[in-house]
Amino acid sequence: MASSYDEMWEKLNLDLGAHGGLLEVLGKFYGDIYLSQAGRLRGMEYLDFVLSEVHGLRIRELQEARAAGRKVIGTFCVFVPEEIVLAADAVQVGLCAGAEAGKDAAEKILPRNTCALIKSFVGFKLSRLCPYIESCDLVVGETTCDGKKKAYEIFSDYAPVYVMEVPQMKQACDRDLWRAEVLRLKGRIEEVTGRTVTPDKLREAIRVVNERRKVLQRLNRLRAASPVPISGRDVLLVNQVSFYDDPVRFTASISNLCDELEERVRSGEGIVPKDVPRLMLSGCPMAVPNWKLPYIIESSGAVIVGEESCIGTRSTRDLVAEDGETLDEMIDAIVNRYMRIDCACFTPNRERLDNIVAMAEDLKVKGVVHYGLTFCQPYAMEAFKVEKALKKVGVPMLSIETDYSMEDVEQLKTRVEAFVEMIR
Amino acid sequence: MDNPQRVAGIDIGSRSIELVVLNGGSPEHRVKLPTTFDPLAQCMKLMDGVHVSTVVATGYGRRLFADAFDKLRVDVITEIQAYALGARFVYPDVRTVLDIGGQDTKVICLTAAGKVARFEMNDRCAAGTGKFLEFMATALQIPLESFGDFAMRSDRRIPINSMCTVFAESEATSLMARGERPENIAMGLHLAIVRRTVSMLRRVGFEPPLLFAGGVAHNLCVRFILEEHLGHTPHIPEDPDMVGALGAALHARQITAPGPG
Ligand code: SF4
Ligand code: SF4
Repeated sequence: MASSYDEMWEKLNLDLGAHGGLLEVLGKFYGDIYLSQAGRLRGMEYLDFVLSEVHGLRIRELQEARAAGRKVIGTFCVFVPEEIVLAADAVQVGLCAGAEAGKDAAEKILPRNTCALIKSFVGFKLSRLCPYIESCDLVVGETTCDGKKKAYEIFSDYAPVYVMEVPQMKQACDRDLWRAEVLRLKGRIEEVTGRTVTPDKLREAIRVVNERRKVLQRLNRLRAASPVPISGRDVLLVNQVSFYDDPVRFTASISNLCDELEERVRSGEGIVPKDVPRLMLSGCPMAVPNWKLPYIIESSGAVIVGEESCIGTRSTRDLVAEDGETLDEMIDAIVNRYMRIDCACFTPNRERLDNIVAMAEDLKVKGVVHYGLTFCQPYAMEAFKVEKALKKVGVPMLSIETDYSMEDVEQLKTRVEAFVEMIR
Repeated sequence: MDNPQRVAGIDIGSRSIELVVLNGGSPEHRVKLPTTFDPLAQCMKLMDGVHVSTVVATGYGRRLFADAFDKLRVDVITEIQAYALGARFVYPDVRTVLDIGGQDTKVICLTAAGKVARFEMNDRCAAGTGKFLEFMATALQIPLESFGDFAMRSDRRIPINSMCTVFAESEATSLMARGERPENIAMGLHLAIVRRTVSMLRRVGFEPPLLFAGGVAHNLCVRFILEEHLGHTPHIPEDPDMVGALGAALHARQITAPGPG
């Protein structure tokens, strides 16, 4: 990657030495896991480009947007309604938090038994490694799990943090609370951006975000074909990139990718033979560059055909109704859509089990790999229920708990391979 | 020409490497070497003079072996599959396989037809594995081979609560400082490992008959307490370390086309 960005990175106060090291590791990792795949679609070149410029061109775009008076809002959770942010002319970026770099720094101010995702975002900030965090005018957190909730308190010493209260249940009063929170966010975003969220702007923002969800839904329908036309890790990458790329450009590019995919499905072409066991992932989000488990699975004689996760169907399954006329109606539509998110932080969370079972059946998978980050209690607790629900419909599940380190790769390989041998 | 009837299985574990050669239906040759820091050199030694049509490798070094011996017809399977196949061969009625090896413990449940139904392996730490016993035997200055017999000479059972190798050692040290007989401490450590194993068995859904394999199956004390806790006598194969290699060899036989006569 060219050093032509050095000046920009320096301005963003990154630790240039450590950051250079990070990019090098990332590039190598990407080469091994992505570029080495056979039979990749041409449309993936866009993703390769975006990823190679992840700390370059996209960051430059963010700086240009800021110079033009727009604000950048960072988020960590699919609960933050992007529609509101876009309607205020701001740019939203999902902060990825999928790498181990910065862990040592994070452990100085966080307990060791904190999940890797939280350690990662705190560590990236403390070690000055992430140009996205450094570009944010506001970081919007949320009261989902206890780990994040408390970490935002600590994080706010280092970055401008605003926290939304996400309810824990889904009763009428919880919906009221959430509605009030969406309005409170709107107020804060308007204040930060100096723009007003008008009905026209909000309508357009709803449409833009829906279009992105729709193209990802289309991708998910196409990839479900047999033989499988695209690797699971490529689809994961598409989902990951959706969190920080420009939504309109992203939708157009993925739409092209889908056209190519459609062609491939029509000609009955697959990236692996028909009899390779189809698996589905379920559980915690996998943020860039957390490709460890998908890579292990797809090098063990199986192929991934679905991700039941926030970087997956949890963020794309539901659309915001587009029939709202007034601002109030549109806010209601947003509130309803986000209340449908089946995150493990809710109680009870029956919807998630139903959704997993439906997905496993639709995708005709031979098994499900449940992925939990070590120390993530909500998903660890639900893993047992998921296994039970799947057992009822005769789908075996492998429960994996891991983090971003590489020391357990051999162990994981053995377990995943044994699972594949078992279901084959 | 290699005899197509003759196939081999090799189990490259973290502590030892076992090789089993099958000729037609029966094991004709079995050898074992420590893994050392150069597992491939050890594999070379084991394979020296062995003429077979197919080798199946299992254990954590299976890929290493497959890459290095690419002149041979090599296939790989996981330890889970290998132990399931091997256990079924030495004990056709088996429904659950317990393997406590040098660095991991696994439980495999088989269907009535002998297929893997569920399995579990311990996570990355050494708690509850052969490594734990080895470490503790060293701490008490007892040779590993006689650690079980030593523990059987205890006169009372004291609880050792910690399963973490480091904490268990400090528990053992403080017991010693209080004048506890080393035999009793040894018994406490054996109890700890068995309790952990039993809970793993129950979690996976233990069903008798049970086959107990892996290096730790040689330990009389573990066998004794395990039987006591389960109310079931586990079957111990004649050669508990060889079950994985045997299973790999059986897989080799399966994938080898029957030769011309
Ligand atoms: S898993 Fe829950 S808390 Fe995490 S990003 Fe998804 S919705 Fe948010
Ligand atoms: S992975 Fe689990 S513990 Fe970590 S932030 Fe998400 S919900 Fe919280």
